[in-house]
Amino acid sequence: MVDKIVIENLCIDYGGVHALKNVNLCVKEHEILGVIGPANSGKTSFLRALNRLNDLDISSRLSGSIRLNGKEINREMDVEEVRKKVTMVFALPIPLPMSIFDNVAYGPRRHGIRDRKQLAEIVEKSLKEAFLWDEVKDRLASSGMKLSGGQQQRLCIARTLAVEPEVILYDEPCSGLDPISTAKVEDAMRELKSRYTQILVTNNVKQAARVGDRVAFFLMGELVEIGEAHQLFTSPKDQRTNDYLTGRFG
Amino acid sequence: MKIRAKPHFSVSTQTQQKIAFTLLGIASSLVVVPVIVIFAILIQKGWPAINWQFLTTMPRMGMRAGGIFPAIMGTLYLVGGTIVVALPLGVLAAIYLVEYARRNFLTRMIEVAIVNLAGVPSVVYGLFGMGLFVIYLKMGVSIVAGALTLAIMILPVIITSTKEALQSVPRSFREASLALGVSKWQTIRYVVLPNALPGILTGTILGISRAAGETAPILFTVAAFYLPRLPKSIFDQCMALPYHLYVLSTQVPNVKPALQYGTALVLVGMVFLLNLVAILVRSHIRSRKQW
Ligand SMILES: Nc1ncnc2c1ncn2[C@@H]1O[C@H](COP(=O)(O)OP(=O)(O)OP(=O)(O)O)[C@@H](O)[C@H]1O
Ligand SMILES: [Mg+2]
Repeated sequence: MVDKIVIENLCIDYGGVHALKNVNLCVKEHEILGVIGPANSGKTSFLRALNRLNDLDISSRLSGSIRLNGKEINREMDVEEVRKKVTMVFALPIPLPMSIFDNVAYGPRRHGIRDRKQLAEIVEKSLKEAFLWDEVKDRLASSGMKLSGGQQQRLCIARTLAVEPEVILYDEPCSGLDPISTAKVEDAMRELKSRYTQILVTNNVKQAARVGDRVAFFLMGELVEIGEAHQLFTSPKDQRTNDYLTGRFG
Repeated sequence: MKIRAKPHFSVSTQTQQKIAFTLLGIASSLVVVPVIVIFAILIQKGWPAINWQFLTTMPRMGMRAGGIFPAIMGTLYLVGGTIVVALPLGVLAAIYLVEYARRNFLTRMIEVAIVNLAGVPSVVYGLFGMGLFVIYLKMGVSIVAGALTLAIMILPVIITSTKEALQSVPRSFREASLALGVSKWQTIRYVVLPNALPGILTGTILGISRAAGETAPILFTVAAFYLPRLPKSIFDQCMALPYHLYVLSTQVPNVKPALQYGTALVLVGMVFLLNLVAILVRSHIRSRKQW
């Protein structure tokens, strides 16, 4: 498979706190890369660097290179272009305070699509891809905030899909959800595999095993190990990975 | 010991709570009392003077008879002009300060200036407006000069409340929008501002009340002592309710008290109505927002 994102010597620090140290890794096209690690290991910092949300943090310093389709995202691309191609689903579902329809249509509208029919098509397609269409098709005009937590998270995924990204980042997307909602979100991710590259940060090692093709293990800002999910979970190469997986720390 | 200590403790907190509630209740009633008394007196003494003619005709006989129509219209023009100038300027300034400006010496100076501007006595605004707009910029004693002076006076209120409203929009909303590749300005325009609107309206309400009620800033910049006609353009002088009230009460002998109270009642009623409109708009917006 083609390398979608190539990361070399990525370091991030926040005024002296080193959140990431010399990370090198490749994300392959159309894979789901699981990212696991204990708290404060730099997983969120890693994701936010990939769509340049860390630009918003004045204290953050980044060095190294991140290439998307061969282009360096900090030096050779506009920030909006990066974020449109690499979008993010956050830990807590954040529907915008508007209707379900408007939530999904928000991105396309801002990117210049005005035609009502075209918007309606995008909304329907995105909601279907996120496994939410059947549950909301009769109440598209009601507020996105009135949905359940799991529905809200799938709404956020649909909103993301509507801008036709190439890469979707998830930062612990199921941390606030019950098992059934979690299963639905995971189903959506698996379904999206054929067309999108996805990176899933999760606190739940089992979830990484369930949906990840490959898994990366971060510890205190370092990438300790990356490998096929099956291999990493059954025979980790690094002792620290083994310790984490067997629950000896973290 | 533990068993005995617990009920004793809870009784005393309940008493404390009762005392605190009583004190708080008294304090808040004390706030309400003057408002009610003022309204009661105004209505009792001013209501008899109010009729259609009083509201819609020119003053006559050196203001001892006739209506207050030009003063009502003058105040409406002034409030309108003030809002047209101060609202966009204040909102844009607040957006710049909250969303764009780096925290540095300059922005801190601006913030200190805004706080101090809020504390400047209104007569100083009047003199400043006369110096700058009336004389230096040669606008003359005119509605523009008066509205600009009032606008500068209420800018701090609008900037401060808009800033607070912008800051209260959760950061997560902005990030959700930015993460889709939506530009910063569009995020402000389509996510931040709509959600800050109720707070901005609160500032506008306060601004309107102040602009409508102040006498000193319009004294040297726009207000006409006695002008029984409507202004011809925005470069004309006009009468205004607060100044008219001052004139009736102190400058003209032998005015029937009912006229004075009637004018005061109209002024208070107008501010009340303007506020009511803004409050209704605000609660309409709030009812649509669900977080
Ligand atoms: N905005 C910030 N300013 C300062 N320090 C930060 C900031 N964001 C993260 N850090 C620090 O960087 C380190 C890595 O944090 P990060 O949020 O990336 O970890 P994480 O793996 O996502 O943790 P968690 O599992 O708790 O979400 C931590 O030590 C954290 O305190
Ligand atoms: Mg995190």
